[in-house]
Amino acid sequence: MQETLDRLIREVLHEDPQVWAGSWVVYAAALLAVGFGLTVFGALVAGLTSWWERRIAARMQSRIGPNRVGPQGTLQFLADALKLIVKEDLVPPESDQMLFRIAPYFVMTGFALTFVVLPFGYHLSATRMNVGLFYLIAVTALVVVGIMLSGWASNSKWALFGGMRAAAQVVSYEIPGGMLALVPILMAGSLDLHEIIRAQGGFPWDWFVFQTPWGFIAFFLFFATQLAEGNRTPFDLPEAESELVAGYMTEYSGIRFGYYFLAEWGNLWVMSAVISTLFLGGWQVPFVSAETLAGWEAAGTVPVAFYGVSTAVFVTKVVVLMNVIIWVRWTLPRIRVDQMMSVCWKYLVPIGMGLVLLAALTEVLSFQLFGDAAKGPAPLGTPRGALHLAFFAVAGAVPTVLFFRKIFRNIRLTGDRIDLTNW
Amino acid sequence: MPVSQYLANIKDTVQSAWEGMTVTFSYLFRRPMTVQYAGPEKAREKHELVQDTLPSRYRGFLEVDLAICTACNACERACPINVIAIEIEKDPANPKLRVMTRFDIDEGKCMFCGLCVEPCPTGSIQHTREFEGTQRTLSNMVLRFVDPAKPAPPYKVAKGATAFPRAVLGSITRPLVKAWDSPPPPLPIESAEEAMAHAAKKAH
Ligand code: SF4
Ligand code: SF4
Repeated sequence: MQETLDRLIREVLHEDPQVWAGSWVVYAAALLAVGFGLTVFGALVAGLTSWWERRIAARMQSRIGPNRVGPQGTLQFLADALKLIVKEDLVPPESDQMLFRIAPYFVMTGFALTFVVLPFGYHLSATRMNVGLFYLIAVTALVVVGIMLSGWASNSKWALFGGMRAAAQVVSYEIPGGMLALVPILMAGSLDLHEIIRAQGGFPWDWFVFQTPWGFIAFFLFFATQLAEGNRTPFDLPEAESELVAGYMTEYSGIRFGYYFLAEWGNLWVMSAVISTLFLGGWQVPFVSAETLAGWEAAGTVPVAFYGVSTAVFVTKVVVLMNVIIWVRWTLPRIRVDQMMSVCWKYLVPIGMGLVLLAALTEVLSFQLFGDAAKGPAPLGTPRGALHLAFFAVAGAVPTVLFFRKIFRNIRLTGDRIDLTNW
Repeated sequence: MPVSQYLANIKDTVQSAWEGMTVTFSYLFRRPMTVQYAGPEKAREKHELVQDTLPSRYRGFLEVDLAICTACNACERACPINVIAIEIEKDPANPKLRVMTRFDIDEGKCMFCGLCVEPCPTGSIQHTREFEGTQRTLSNMVLRFVDPAKPAPPYKVAKGATAFPRAVLGSITRPLVKAWDSPPPPLPIESAEEAMAHAAKKAH
């Protein structure tokens, strides 16, 4: 970020900040501004998602959902936030006062820190780390510290159960999660999120999910581990309403309660951004090949529109994935604790190990077969490109068609018809 | 766990997720069951009162048309929580006749169950569609249908009559509810003991 800022100052003010006496003040101010902007962005995303999720959930249950505050209810989240802020912030007298008060901030920090490396578009992210993915896995672990703290500090059985479940769940699922993330890392040969995106292409068959069967399976399993780490249904055991009231949040009220929800819904964006970076080609724009982009970069003439288009592509992918997560939540029931554990240790971990091995083997083989052309998106004319396209047709296109056919059959079978009125 | 079972579990998971997801997704294209009730925005657009846009069987504040009330006390007896208070006295002008000196309905207490509406022989007591009764004190929510200065004589039902000329529903309660808006002189609050004594007297 420092380089970008330096370049900006040089280009706009024609001065060199490196020679300024108090240059650190400028950097600190810029840091604060970016941090503030990203946190506000996270909060806005979380708020809008909370409204959108309720609308989608309502449609799936044949209801309408909040549609009164603002056009189609879009401002509902402002009303909710206002209510939470105005409400009394109760701290149970029996609780561990200090821990109880700071626990939500751990959760918020763990959530906000992920925005340090998350990409938003071509060259758009707060910083670029060469261990970006590793950093992401590390900081999201802060969330579970907050959850355990709140479970312990509340001095309530429900909260303690919720906190312990969260600890068991998140810590367990980090193992298959990290392992499955290795599959795209092996394919890209880098931990840098932007490098991983650059190793993919703009078209679906250039994405890691459709390049090899291992990537394809790893995509779904990684999706499941992300759900579990974000405490989303079917893995929302830490706050299972029917068993634990609200799990670790039971004793919270007012805006501290709001922070948990902010982090939970904001995490939807984080999860989706990570998944789309690792498997779905991130900000890669179709018809802009790696060579074209490299040419632009070498000549220093990356069109401004490319920044915008790549951001739009990335945001679209993230929003679609967020909808899928919401859709999963309102489809699948919550699993039991023992099932949650056995899914992790008996299925995800061994399968993940196998996938990593197979992916590594494929990389070696493909290097033997195709030599230097073994990495990155392959043009359709080459044998690798043809293989990817064929796999995409089998694993991507056919199921999509089948899926929509089944949906329309479902509607027909119940004697209903397509009707998009009554919003 | 045998390998076949292990594989069957995986197949089950994939298949049930696939089936379930197609079912829920299909609901995005269907018409929701929920019927949107006409909100205040809709009424305002048409320059109507919200009350007038509600369904006709809405159970809002009660209304008594004293012109056809027979003073039979059926509604008062029917109410399970003593919301209705009726007092009947001899007419001082003509001791042979009775008059109603009080017909109060405490809307702050009413649970809108409709039990009082059913036994009424003439359809005098009915639910209106009025519902907005925000008040500074709860006791202000008493609807007083009889002006103590002008006691109301009971209605005499003609032999064999089946229909009764009732005032337009809402035309009596609405002005009473409107009158709540102006800060009124505080009405005497009936204490719990008084209410019980009143009920005990009635029970005899
Ligand atoms: S509606 Fe029910 S509670 Fe209200 S006055 Fe009638 S009987 Fe009593
Ligand atoms: S309102 Fe109806 S039930 Fe009540 S006293 Fe009058 S006639 Fe009888």
